[in-house]
Amino acid sequence: MSRCETPADSPGLPKSAEGDPVFAEPWQAQAFAMTVRLHEQGMFTWAEWASALSREVHRPGRADDGRDYFDCWVAALSSLVSERGVASEAEQDALSHRWERAAEATPHGKPILLENAPD
Amino acid sequence: MSHDHDDHHHQDNHFSPMEARVRALETILTQKGLIDPQAIDAIVETYETKIGPRNGARVVAKAWAEPDFADWLRRDATEAIASLSYTGRQGEHMRAVFNDAQTHNLVVCTLCSCYPWSVLGLPPVWYKAPAYRSRAVIDPRGVLEEFGVTLSPDKKIRVWDSTAELRYLVIPERPAGTEGLDQAALADLVTRDAMIGTGLALAPEARP
Repeated sequence: MSRCETPADSPGLPKSAEGDPVFAEPWQAQAFAMTVRLHEQGMFTWAEWASALSREVHRPGRADDGRDYFDCWVAALSSLVSERGVASEAEQDALSHRWERAAEATPHGKPILLENAPD
Repeated sequence: MSHDHDDHHHQDNHFSPMEARVRALETILTQKGLIDPQAIDAIVETYETKIGPRNGARVVAKAWAEPDFADWLRRDATEAIASLSYTGRQGEHMRAVFNDAQTHNLVVCTLCSCYPWSVLGLPPVWYKAPAYRSRAVIDPRGVLEEFGVTLSPDKKIRVWDSTAELRYLVIPERPAGTEGLDQAALADLVTRDAMIGTGLALAPEARP
C-alpha cells in the first residue's frame, strides 16, 4: 500500500535534521497543527491541500527564499476555509482585525480575549 | 528608551497580521466544531520539544565555558545573544539571569505573547496556562516541587515577569563533573525547562 500523504509532507516545509517541521514563531505551529487536524477530519484531501498551498507559493510577489512560506500556508488554509463555505474571506478579515484590536486593548499579563476588543 | 523602533512596541500587546489571522481561523473553526483547541495544542506539543531550545542551550554552554562571554551576557544579553545570530524578529530585549548557590531564577508570563522564541523555540503549553503564571508568583517553591525541583529552604527564588519588550533567559548552574566536556556536550545538558527555571541542568550521566 502506498504511504498516506498529509500536510506534514508539504513541499518546502522547513524541517530539522531529524525531519521534524521547524517553526520560527508560535502562530506558524498553530497554523500547521490546524491544517493537520482538518485534514485528519477529512475537510480536504492532501492533493487539495497541496494544490491550495502551491497556488499561494507561486503567487507573484512571494519571496524567493521562502521566508514567507508560512504566510502562504495561512493564505492557503484561509482560502480552503472560504471555499468550503465555513467562513468567507471577508468574515475572516473582520475577525482578524478584531483580534488585533483585542491584543492592543489588553494590558500585559492579562489573557488576550476577543471580547477585550473595543467596539 | 534610546532605541528608535518606530513600530508597535509601545503597546503591551500586539498581534502581527499573521498572528491575528491564525487566531481568527482558530476562533471560527472552534466555533463551528471543526477543531478542538486542546487537540491543536496536543499536535503542537508533539513537535515543540524538538524544535526550539537548542539555540538557548548553546548560549548557556558558551557562558559556562567562556567567562568573558558570561560577563558580556550579564552586562548586555541582547548584544551577546545577537553575536550568535539568535535574534528575535521583533527586536525584543533579552536579559540573562544567572542561578547560583544563593539564588534560583524562574521566568513567567505569558498570557500574552512574551516568550524568547529566538532562543527557546515555542512556549510549552503549561507556560501559557493562567494557573502557572499566578501560582509561580504566589508560590514558586510549590510550583518547582511539582516540576520535581526541590531547592534547599535557604535558597532564594526570584521570579521574573517577561514583557513584550524584555524577555528573560535563565542561565542554570553548571553541573558538577562536567569539566572535561566541550560546548556541544555541555549544551546537551541544558533543557528548555532549565532555561525557564522550572528545571535544572542535567547531570552528565543523564545526558541524552
